[in-house]
Amino acid sequence: MSIRHSLLALLEEGPRYGYQLRSEFEARTGATWPLNVGQVYTTLGRLERDGMVEPVREAGVGADGDRQVFYRATDEGRAEVARWFERPVERSTPQRDELAIKLALAVTVPGVDVARVIQAQRTATLRVLQEYTRLKSQTHPTDAKELAWMLVLDSLIFTAEGEVRWLDHSEARLSRAAGDGMFTRAVDTSETTPAVAEVERASR
Amino acid sequence: MTPILELRDLARTHGHGVTAVHALRGVNLSIEPGELVAVMGPSGSGKSTLLTLAGGLDTPTSGDVLVEGETLAGLSRRRLAALRRRAIGYVFQDFNLIPALTGAENVALPRELDGVKARPARQEALRALEELEIGDLADRFPDDMSGGQQQRVAIARALVGERRLVLCDEPTGALDSETGEAVLRLLRGRVDAGAAGVLVTHEARHAAWADRVIFLRDGRMTDETGRAAPAEALLGVAR
Repeated sequence: MSIRHSLLALLEEGPRYGYQLRSEFEARTGATWPLNVGQVYTTLGRLERDGMVEPVREAGVGADGDRQVFYRATDEGRAEVARWFERPVERSTPQRDELAIKLALAVTVPGVDVARVIQAQRTATLRVLQEYTRLKSQTHPTDAKELAWMLVLDSLIFTAEGEVRWLDHSEARLSRAAGDGMFTRAVDTSETTPAVAEVERASR
Repeated sequence: MTPILELRDLARTHGHGVTAVHALRGVNLSIEPGELVAVMGPSGSGKSTLLTLAGGLDTPTSGDVLVEGETLAGLSRRRLAALRRRAIGYVFQDFNLIPALTGAENVALPRELDGVKARPARQEALRALEELEIGDLADRFPDDMSGGQQQRVAIARALVGERRLVLCDEPTGALDSETGEAVLRLLRGRVDAGAAGVLVTHEARHAAWADRVIFLRDGRMTDETGRAAPAEALLGVAR
């Protein structure tokens, strides 16, 4: 995540000090990607070194009454923000995805019950999806910052949904592959449990 | 609290012997007022069978379906039909509104079938539409409504009168993602107000509006998410 660009972008609204930048960032993104204030000040320090921001000469007073150093973006900083918004986020190098790696290994390592791995993950991801959805159902945006938070929630929701769809797809693909003898299921999931067999006998 | 819907060891088998197809086996489920339960699973996993059994549209091979504490199997055909009309509402993917009737008339129809006179039935229908903030659709015909509007009217119809159980089969299937979400928000609201719902869907994003999600596979419940923890636990947001 580009903390650097996020802070620069927030400074487009006017001079801010460290704590304020953190809370402005979190107002838009929830606590999804928590920023600690140390990171904020370190980043501001680097931005100042690179000529992207400068301290406002007269130190101001923050919300808590303490004196704070306010920063503003320089012309160069503003140009950098503009370039950031224009440039697509780099997607050509995939981030390491533990789940994809886990499934890839589960299919090839002997003795792993892949169907169970998939089901356990699907349930866990759906739980997360439910929680995001609950947060969303409590959110009724009335200003741009809340709208921003809604977009972030939607992004988390669509990502989780994508994962569930991929799990569904993998399950179908594996069951076809097992039919073709390409891969052996560790445990046959279609096996009837004793309780179910009982019910079925009774129903005949 | 009496569950609005209870499925006990429910099984449905089509055919006999070696050719028998177990559409559903050993399903237990209990849904209380205020609860929305989503059912997910690949096609042929038994989702629709579960819904038709719960709605009394089909009879289980074994096990029981209880609606508001009443066992469907013990009812005469007439009483079953009456219970189905009085207690259960349906929402389908293709809205199923009657094209020759206005929004209000569509919603009033099940009440008139219940024996309510035309005028009070219309009053109830208007109230149901108002509660869903779609009073403006009362005098419009389905053909003049968007898909999302038709589905909102269908939800009003499903929950008009004393109906407290709403069974939904892919209710967002024909809608774009934002309209689908608005329909689910509405359904969620009606359930929060005291109804109970079953939502069959293959879309995880929609299932996530439910309190619990159950997974079916080859007619059996393979897993469920359980009642979720408070959302704040996830992101640590105090909003």
